[in-house]
Amino acid sequence: MNIETKFLGEVTIEEKEIIQFQNGLPGFEDITEFVILPLEIDSPFAILQSVKQREIGFVLALPFLFKKDYAFELSDEDKEELKIKSSENLLTYSIVTLKEPFSNSTLNLQAPVLINHKLKIAKQLVLQDSNTYPLRFPIEGSNF
Amino acid sequence: MLVLSRKKDESIMIGDQIELKILSIDGDQVKLGIVAPKNIKIYRSEVYESIQKQNQESLNVSKSLIEQLLKKNL
Repeated sequence: MNIETKFLGEVTIEEKEIIQFQNGLPGFEDITEFVILPLEIDSPFAILQSVKQREIGFVLALPFLFKKDYAFELSDEDKEELKIKSSENLLTYSIVTLKEPFSNSTLNLQAPVLINHKLKIAKQLVLQDSNTYPLRFPIEGSNF
Repeated sequence: MLVLSRKKDESIMIGDQIELKILSIDGDQVKLGIVAPKNIKIYRSEVYESIQKQNQESLNVSKSLIEQLLKKNL
């Protein structure tokens, strides 16, 4: 099927690539179907694009590339929701807030996007201890 | 909005599984104890709201920033 995307024009995706966010994302609770679109080979960034709404496209980054010791606990309930037993099928992304100039951009480390890439189930987890990781972690000064 | 008055050590039930108890009152600060099933997520409202706002803000991306991003390979 073809979908309209925010940044990449019309893109052909396969139905089996669609990732279900059962509860949407905070602020976008009604938007439940997304696909991950890579930007380029070897790019640490990707796009989380709504299947149905062209204008809903988030920029994602792999947080571990920017904060090497990034770690958090998943509760049993989160694991159940994502239907994962270990971290085996789990992908962790952070939503990027891009700013001009690029060095002012930030990563949301407080609410990682977790994806069971085998079963295509995902959620944005709000880390309970809000002091551990910031909502706006600066890209500049990290290892990038 | 339902409004109830409670004193210290009194509580309210929300449904039959969630209990909200007033643990202490000190000036304008109230300490609440919450008993709820584990699958109920509890956040300070401002934390959840700040995530909502940040998500909204992160959608504000110009095409030129995306083009800069495309050049940022590892």
